[in-house]
Amino acid sequence: MADGHYADGIAAGRLSGEDYKRNFADLHPPLDAHEALVEADRCYFCYDAPCATACPTSIDIPMFIRQIATGNPLGSARTIFDQNILGGMCARVCPTETLCEEACVREEAEGKPVQIGRLQRYATDVAMAADRQFYERAASSGRKVAVVGAGPAGLACAHRLAMHGHAVTVLEAREKTGGLNEYGIAAYKAPDGFAQAEVDYVTAIGGIDIENGKMLGRDFALGDLLRDYDAVFLGMGLSGVNALRAEGEEAGGVENAVDYIAHLRQANDLSSLPVGRRVVVIGGGMTAIDAAVQARLLGAEEVTVCYRRGREQMNASVFEQDLAASKGVTIRHWLQPKKVLADGGRVTGIELEYTALSNGRLAGTGETVTLKADQVFKAIGQVFDAAVLNGSSASIALEGNRIKVDGEGRTSMPKVWAGGDCIAGGDDLTVSAVAQGRDAAESINRVLAG
Amino acid sequence: MADIRSNFVGIKSPNPFWLASAPPTDKAYNVERAFRAGWGGVVWKTLGEAGPPVVNVNGPRYGAIWGADRRLLGLNNIELITDRDLYLNLTEIKRVKRNWPDRALVVSLMVPCEENAWKAILPLVEETEADGIELNFGCPHGMSERGMGAAVGQVPEYVEMVVRWCKQNTRMPVITKLTPNITDVRKPARAAHAGGTDAVSLINTINSITSVDLDDFAPEPTIDGKGTHGGYCGPAVKPIALNMVAEIARDPAMAGLPISGIGGITTWRDAAEFLVLGSGTVQVCTAAMTYGFKIVEEMAEGLKNWMDAKGHATLDDVIGRATPNVTDWQYLNLNYITKARIDQDLCIKCGRCHIACEDTSHQAITAIVDGARRFEVKEEECVGCNLCVNVCPVEGCIDMVPLAAGSLDQRTGEAVPPSYANWTTHPNNPSRVAAAE
Repeated sequence: MADGHYADGIAAGRLSGEDYKRNFADLHPPLDAHEALVEADRCYFCYDAPCATACPTSIDIPMFIRQIATGNPLGSARTIFDQNILGGMCARVCPTETLCEEACVREEAEGKPVQIGRLQRYATDVAMAADRQFYERAASSGRKVAVVGAGPAGLACAHRLAMHGHAVTVLEAREKTGGLNEYGIAAYKAPDGFAQAEVDYVTAIGGIDIENGKMLGRDFALGDLLRDYDAVFLGMGLSGVNALRAEGEEAGGVENAVDYIAHLRQANDLSSLPVGRRVVVIGGGMTAIDAAVQARLLGAEEVTVCYRRGREQMNASVFEQDLAASKGVTIRHWLQPKKVLADGGRVTGIELEYTALSNGRLAGTGETVTLKADQVFKAIGQVFDAAVLNGSSASIALEGNRIKVDGEGRTSMPKVWAGGDCIAGGDDLTVSAVAQGRDAAESINRVLAG
Repeated sequence: MADIRSNFVGIKSPNPFWLASAPPTDKAYNVERAFRAGWGGVVWKTLGEAGPPVVNVNGPRYGAIWGADRRLLGLNNIELITDRDLYLNLTEIKRVKRNWPDRALVVSLMVPCEENAWKAILPLVEETEADGIELNFGCPHGMSERGMGAAVGQVPEYVEMVVRWCKQNTRMPVITKLTPNITDVRKPARAAHAGGTDAVSLINTINSITSVDLDDFAPEPTIDGKGTHGGYCGPAVKPIALNMVAEIARDPAMAGLPISGIGGITTWRDAAEFLVLGSGTVQVCTAAMTYGFKIVEEMAEGLKNWMDAKGHATLDDVIGRATPNVTDWQYLNLNYITKARIDQDLCIKCGRCHIACEDTSHQAITAIVDGARRFEVKEEECVGCNLCVNVCPVEGCIDMVPLAAGSLDQRTGEAVPPSYANWTTHPNNPSRVAAAE
């Protein structure tokens, strides 16, 4: 154990190098070839398989598993990529326990579904390790499409557009491509630079020009794109973070969980990344869990997730909650932040109020508890910043403060499609963003080809 | 508890589970391990005539096919008879028999199709005090190219001739092991019977190529780029063996001829099936070669457990009990009408019954009912074929339920007739005979 493991305040280097390496290793180590065959043999090759129905990208799961079982992992990868070109990342980050694996008939039969996610990773890893490209660009259509945001939605859209022969320009605000795959996913879910490797794999089809450091509303306007391109896809995600609405939240040491996670993902040396000795995370979703678990893995002594409702209402899956528990994170329910306690401008604790449902409405009970904290993460949801539409907001209809789209991703504005977290009615899943980007590309293509 | 002691043509063993003549019974070391594990008997791997022993290939001898999770379903081999010196084998046989007097020790033999060759070896085997001999007329590979094994077993006249020589030249019981590589197994069996055999054993292995190496374009097992057909055995051959056993057991010309059943026996249940179709003992090889000798514990205990549960006291209470129920197609009751019934509580909704029926059979199982994924039998379409039962991954989820006499068959719109009726009297049969009154 490194010196300074119990250092008060926010400090770097709480652990030894070995600890960091072990803590941030692959959460689900890849199946080796033997394990993949054993697992693939468990698939029943169901008719109209419930797993495939449950997959937002509708991957033909029984087929790709059968291809693994018959010694054709490359064919399997193609089956996956046909529906989901980011199948590698989705295999790592999908909450399969609430999607394909929940629907697996073996879950009903034995309570032990086929490990679809790990099989998908096996097949896609084989193809990516072999650098096997399955798709070629169609002859150039002469059409140009702008994609705003190089996250899962934008990349999936760009790839499908490139397949159809359109020239794609991706405009990405950040320095690196990948969106939440690069900046948002917990480090132990996509280690070893996988996000960038996948970007390279996806863009290898050609015809995709990525311009980093170009932010909508800052470096260009939607009007510019409408002028210069035949179609526009908006996939810029969410840029705002909800406030705690607790007294004193401006204190030093109160941070946005998404920013901290992004910082962690970009850190070359985790031992240089400071973390509190006592960390409180406010929120109940995947981001809250990701922040809490990673804070623990960085050496925080006490990490507590506080959620204002009960276990059943948490957006984080049961698997994620169990993961957090196994890493020593405490999850407390029915607590909402009331006041951030500070000393000298630095957070020293947080006062929380107990909550209860009263006639279906959540309300504070008046009783409070104070937790010591030297770092507080806000993970109570992100918001879409409509201002970036830069004067176009009058023309692009919103719904619940996100962009309104129809079934194939068309916004209310001609020539403009949207997908991913910035659209209304989504579920904030990587795999759903991929499906929306892909489907929007098909819709765009139908229009451009028509 | 059930008594599973066996007395097969005078050869006694504490249970009916014998190891078949094969690699597991090639030498004293293996056989004594088998006896310690509880096997009731062995058929010692086939001895050839005195002189230089046969030689085996030095590359792979076995090929295989597998089911899910790489479960071995079928094995083939191109190994020949024992490649050890005859007198070494005889010495070991004598010693083992002396050490294990309560176990059956039968010696498999294969010598050229000349009476003198048999006359020469039989006294040598007798001298070991082995319990009997088994004539290897079955091996389909290698030795058959030299006029032995299946080359004899495929010619009923030769079978009868050699059996007769053996019966004339030894006091030991003679078991004739039959090859399945023949159109009608009753022919060589009847020949053996005519020659005076005490029993038949079957099946020997089946001509086979298990797989082909797609890189080298060579059959497996591949010896330096070439392969040859081998003898196929294991769970995959059990249905073929059961049928051949039944064909002999129900043949009036061979009524009462003892049978030692062989072919893919892996569990107590497999063994029981061979027994009730007319086998007095069963012989096992592939299961032991896959899992080791310990499986005999499961077999013996499982058999006893079943017999106890059903009130069968001895093997004689079960041997041949199913034989009378093996009949010709033409005698099957065409008025026996079944419909599939899916237990919705057990159904895991994999949909394999639906797609099997929809794509390949009678479109008699739903996929969606009232907008929900649900698999139900459409009785008006169901012909009772049982395919859905066989493709369902959950045992007991789908049953074939017989319709009671007088009830309506929704498929035909007719009431189920109360009486038995078969093809021989069916109006569509041009050769029909008048139904018995």
